[in-house]
Order: sequence, then C-alpha cells, then structure tokens
Amino acid sequence: MLKVKNLHSYYGKSHILQGIDLSINEGEIVSLLGRNGVGRSTFIKSIMGMVKSEGSVLLNNKEILGRPIHEIANLGIAYVSENRDIFPDLTVKENLELGKKENKYGIKWNLEELFDLFPNLKKRIDVPGGVLSGGEQQMLTICRSLMGCPKLIMIDEPTEGLSPQMVNNVEMLLKKISSKGVSILLVEQKLTIAFNLSNRLYVMGHGKVVYEGLPKQVKENKEIIKEWLEVS
Amino acid sequence: MSVEVLLFIIFNGLLYGMFLFMLSSGLTLIFGMMGILNFAHASFFMIGAYLGYQISLYSSFWIAILLAPLLVGYIGAMVEKYGLRNVHKYGHIAELLFTFGLFYIIEEIVQMIWGKTPVAYKVPELLNFPLIQVSGMAYPAYSMFRLVLSVLIFIAIYRILAKTKTGLIIKASLTNPDMVAALGHNVPRVFSNVFGFGCGLAGLAGVMAGNVIGTEPSMALLLGPIVFVVVVTGGLGSIKGALVASIIIGLMQTAAVSLEFNLNNIFQYLGYNIDINSTLNYFTNITISQLSPIVPYLLLIIILIARPRGLFGKRDV
Repeated sequence: MLKVKNLHSYYGKSHILQGIDLSINEGEIVSLLGRNGVGRSTFIKSIMGMVKSEGSVLLNNKEILGRPIHEIANLGIAYVSENRDIFPDLTVKENLELGKKENKYGIKWNLEELFDLFPNLKKRIDVPGGVLSGGEQQMLTICRSLMGCPKLIMIDEPTEGLSPQMVNNVEMLLKKISSKGVSILLVEQKLTIAFNLSNRLYVMGHGKVVYEGLPKQVKENKEIIKEWLEVS
Repeated sequence: MSVEVLLFIIFNGLLYGMFLFMLSSGLTLIFGMMGILNFAHASFFMIGAYLGYQISLYSSFWIAILLAPLLVGYIGAMVEKYGLRNVHKYGHIAELLFTFGLFYIIEEIVQMIWGKTPVAYKVPELLNFPLIQVSGMAYPAYSMFRLVLSVLIFIAIYRILAKTKTGLIIKASLTNPDMVAALGHNVPRVFSNVFGFGCGLAGLAGVMAGNVIGTEPSMALLLGPIVFVVVVTGGLGSIKGALVASIIIGLMQTAAVSLEFNLNNIFQYLGYNIDINSTLNYFTNITISQLSPIVPYLLLIIILIARPRGLFGKRDV
C-alpha cells in the first residue's frame, strides 16, 4: 500500500535522508530500527509532508509527496509523534474529538472498544490532557489517531519512557490495531518489542537503509546488531 | 465621589471596555494562534467605519452593520491568503513589516477615497435619543445598543470556541498547528478564516463606533497601540482575557479621566502648600485626568514585567 522510492530529505542545508526505499503492505507491521539520529523520525515526518523532501511516496499507487499535511492525513495516514503531542489544555474527550474524521478509507474504531483496552482514559475523559501520566498520554495519542480510521499508522517510539506495564499495554494495542487490518510503521528502540511485533524490519544508518529482512534474520545477524543497533 | 460620577465611570468604562474588546478580540486570536503582530489590525477597524458610512449613505445603517463587517472580514482573509501566508516563511519580523506597510497603504487609500477630513457618519435616527436619565445624566439608546451587541458578540465567540469543533481546532492550533494538520484539519484555511473573522470583528467595531468617535483617516493610528495593550494584558489567544483586560482598561481610563486629583491635594491635606511658581509645582499640579492617556501603557509595562503571559494566557508573549 505504501511505496517509498529514493527519498531524500533536508533540514535547511543538512541532507538527512539519502535515498530511502521502503514498502509496507496492507495489514503489515514494519519496524524501522537504528540508533538515535539516523533519520527514522525524519523519515516518518517526510511521509507526512512535514519535512522538505524529494523522491517518491506512493500510497496505493498515488503520489502523495509534496501534498499538504492535512491532505496526506485525510488519505488515511495517521501519525503518532515521539513527543506525544497531545493538546494539553483540551480534555481527553476533546483530544479524541479532534482526531475524528469521516471513515473514507480505513477501519472504523469504536470509542468503547478503545476504552475497554484503556479504562483509565474513560475514567479521565473530562480531564485536561496535560495532567495525564506519560503512559496515558501515549494511549491518548494512539487512540486519537485511530479516531480518524486510518489505513496506515506511523508511530514514533511509542514505548519510550514508559513503565513495563504500560509497555505491555502499548504492545497489546498495536497487536489489536494490526489484527483489524491497519498497517503499522513502527519506529522502535527496544529491539525485543520490534522483533515480537513486526512482520518485516528495516535497519537504518547514516540516513540510509542498511539492511532489510525478517525479524528472525535480523535477530540472528550479530554483525548488523553490533554495527547498527547496539548501544555501547 | 458622587453617585453620578460613579455611574458615569461604570457605564462609560463598560462601554469603552466592550468597544476595546470588539476591537481586540480578533487580534488576540490572530496573535495567539499565528504569532502575527498585526500592526494593521486597527486599519481594518477604520475600513469598517468608512464602509459603514458609505453603505449607510446608499441604504441604511442596519444594512451597513451586516454588510461592512463581512466585507472587511473578506478583505482580511484575502490579505492573509495572498500576502501574509507568503511572507510567513521569512519569520515574524517580516510579517510585522508587511502589516506595517499595509497600515500606511490602507491609510493612504482611505485618504484618496474619502479625503483627509472626517466624514459625516451619523448615529442611526432610530437610536438617536436618550434612553435613560439618571441623576440628570442621559444615557443614549445607541450606546446601550453598542453595549448589548458587544456582550452578545462575546457570548457568541465564547460559545464557538468552547462548544464547536471549529473552536477546538482553533484552540488546538494555538499550541500545535502541525499536529492539528496531521489529524487532517486544513490549518492554513483555519488561519485565513480566523484572520478574516478577527478583521471582521474589528470592522464591526468600526461600524458601531465610527459614528460616535468620528470617522477620519487617523483613527487607526489613534487606536492601534491600545489594541496591543488589551491582547498582552489579557493573554495571547484568550478571549476571556481580552474581555477582562478590555473592561479593566475601560474602567481605569474612564475613572482616570473623571479624577481631577493631584499631588498638591495630598500636600494640602498634610498641611503643606506648594508654591505655584516653583518647579516642583509643574509635577505636583498634574492631575490624574491628565495622566489618563498613559494609564493603559503603564499597565502594559507592569504586565510585561510582572506577568508576561497576561491575566489568562497560557504562554509568555
């Protein structure tokens, strides 16, 4: 469903992404691995139209590169940023309301089924987003993006800074999202989570894809792990 | 202080405060949401007054009060879409300079069309009578109409912001426009609409006040600076803040105008008399009413030092 070809991205004069090729099929979970600063977040932002980029990004064979952010979002792509980016002055309910869109392309989500997964959000429905814990904010941003019924959801470091219990919850939610046929592009630092969840993996280094394979292949490839993934 | 003076301060303070609110509420949204220090905001107020006058000539004040704000709002939205949006990428200084230039262009155009002298924009006959008489003071029906309409406008804006999805999008865009766009909302269009709406409100204030304060080419220059006092004092993006700040400034300034009190009065009370020919008398003889024009700007400076986010703002100026 998503095909990225020879993607180059820039921050001012800095050439961050240097020719990325990547694809995601319908209902697949694809993880983007790599150390901090290799350009994984920039890659997601480039697809969303937030960073100046060149190359080609095809969504169902339709070119989306160069289109405004809101148009890309309305084509069925959701983005959950690393900073969570909830609207702190708006309540949980209002945050969710903002994510609602007409169900044009993707899978419809029922608010109650999301609340079944995260009863805390239901309890705190009228509380401003800014007073939620980090884990609750993460849940809120993921649930908010699901309210737009996306076909593809791109999630940047969803487990960073969360308690082990919350990490389990996030993992459970991602499995549930995938089971409903939504594709996921996951940027993840924790290798075990990426290995558990993903159908395929891409490893990035210096703004390029340096390896592509199945979780099992990456797991067994000590050289790749040592050179591109391990943090000493 | 007599009851008459107190009533005068309260009524005129509220009237002036609500007028400031109408003038500034649009700018607080524009400044808070887009970071644009629209130097030309009061120019839209002036266009509103002139269009109100012109439309009144050909039809009636009541048509003018409906049509002129719409026209001003449309002009504002076009300025944002075809002008400011292109300048935005060069930063806020470039935007400020753009609106600075726009201010002078509008002033010159107004002078070319309507001349340099005030135009005869009159209060509608229907409301041109004293509505209430209290202790010998008459309160005109037109002033009451302005007051009531301003309150209704505040309620409408407040409800739009609090109860509608458009309001949610505007409030969310105040903090994180990129994320609002990533949720599928057309933020540039929201910006244009907010800019147009803000200018339209200023235009409405112009239609309502132009026939009272006088419609002439320097009216934008006279009222331009005080709009920023309201926005900064109330807090960026806060409509409630703009209302409270407007009323505080309205009451403060009206009270100051009414007080013929100076330091000499205090010295006399303490038993000292200042020689009227002494240098000191130049200062001690200044009355509070003479200081009234600087009162709002004094407030601006105090707010910037003590509470840069204003009374109800969520972030510093």
